[in-house]
Amino acid sequence: MITMEHVCKSYKIAKRNAGFGEAVKALFHRDYEIIHALNDVSFTIRDGEMVGYIGPNGAGKSSTIKILSGILTPDCGTVLVDGRIPYKNRIKHVKEIGVVFGQRSQLWWDVPVIDSFELLKDIYSIPDPRYQQSLEELTELLNLAELLRSPARQLSLGQRMRCEIAASLLHRPRILFLDEPTIGLDAVSKLAVRDFILNQNKTHGTTVILTTHDMQDIEALASRIILIGKGRILMDGTLDDIKKGGGNIDETVAELYRAYDIQ
Amino acid sequence: MKKYLSFFRLRFAMGLQYRAAAFGGIATQFTWGAMEIMIFRAFYRSDASAFPMSFSATASYLWLQQAFLAFFATWMMDGDIFDSIVNGDVAYELCRPVSIYNMWFSKGLSTRLSRAVLRCFPILTVAALLPQPYGLNAPASPMHFVLFLLTLILGLLMTVSLCVLICILAFFTISPMGLQMVFTSMTDFFAGALIPLPFFPENVQRVMELLPFAAMQNVPLRIYGGSMSCYEMQKAVFLQIFWLTAITFTGKMLCRLAAKRITVQGG
Repeated sequence: MITMEHVCKSYKIAKRNAGFGEAVKALFHRDYEIIHALNDVSFTIRDGEMVGYIGPNGAGKSSTIKILSGILTPDCGTVLVDGRIPYKNRIKHVKEIGVVFGQRSQLWWDVPVIDSFELLKDIYSIPDPRYQQSLEELTELLNLAELLRSPARQLSLGQRMRCEIAASLLHRPRILFLDEPTIGLDAVSKLAVRDFILNQNKTHGTTVILTTHDMQDIEALASRIILIGKGRILMDGTLDDIKKGGGNIDETVAELYRAYDIQ
Repeated sequence: MKKYLSFFRLRFAMGLQYRAAAFGGIATQFTWGAMEIMIFRAFYRSDASAFPMSFSATASYLWLQQAFLAFFATWMMDGDIFDSIVNGDVAYELCRPVSIYNMWFSKGLSTRLSRAVLRCFPILTVAALLPQPYGLNAPASPMHFVLFLLTLILGLLMTVSLCVLICILAFFTISPMGLQMVFTSMTDFFAGALIPLPFFPENVQRVMELLPFAAMQNVPLRIYGGSMSCYEMQKAVFLQIFWLTAITFTGKMLCRLAAKRITVQGG
């Protein structure tokens, strides 16, 4: 169970206008602007739920994921994940969760993927039989057999993403955070990843929180949708609540963004 | 502990695969060592008695310095740690059940060890075969050799500890460039990497020897040649242990503080 109550997070950002003169001026005096990435965010997610977390760029999606995974400390509010405060006891917390950042890589660039996996096995202290079992299952479901012995740098984006997802699931986390997991993937890889996530949720009851800009991901995966914009939760409901009788989902969501004035 | 060991192992194995870099390094360090020795010879020729160390002791110092360059060169810092802070990939490391400090420490240690293992033996062998007084001398005594090994390890740990501290400070400054530049030129000067510390005026030297920078290469390289008295060696080892503890402790504390105010860059 995940609960966030009245969570705020702000960043201080140095701003200046374009040009050399401005750059010199900034040497002596900097103007900072406070950006409220999250502004009084509250929600509850039950075990085994699949939640799509959507919103325009810069809405606060990634900040939420990072707070829930214990990387960032919120300015105020309370966060509880299975009774733990993520940022208070980071090491204990991250053992129980899996995170995939679609825009970053966790695999070691120069060594075969399987070496990265073995390292993760030791980092998470996964017992041998359980590791073998997870590895077999993931290899089969994500079709990794051909990829495991190649260095990560020689994999295509889609191949690498499948390996990344496997890497985040080796330790069988009960909660999975996916931050744009299908970014840049071709149709086949996208379908494979979606099927896999659905399957994990069904067979292992994994709670999944997913941020994406791909509305088909949401259609395929999320039974519940939380819409965030300018750091506030604007809507919390099902896909049907958004669609309200059909139409193209991309257009519907774009309309929604416009309606809430969060473009 | 096992997690850091297997991390260390993978990293060490990775370091060993860069053979071309090792060959390049060996060639550079030979040239550099020979050049420095020639410069010092020119100085010694004018008046050998004006120098605090004999010419052959200086030559040994320089060859050891080149052989173990990867142990002590602070400019060989882990670029990928800085990169991960600058581009935000550090986010992944933060979602592992490991302490960031210990992780970075074993990263630094394994990189330096794997580099040195590949490079030190050819350099030491050739330097030992060079005609006297240009080559590497035998250690002053077996006791000196044991102390040399001990202080070499302490010096290596000290260098890694200091580098990790700089990495952690980069969490606070956003860009590590300035920090790195100030830090590397300071250590090069104060650690005796440019000129051995005994060559500084006595008063200056006395202060420099108390600084943490002197606890790195200065101690083992000078103990090897036997130019330190028994009391001086005791004091030097004590200072090494003191600084290693102090810098590591500071690093760990700052790491804890940094974790509270981390911002991950690049969305």
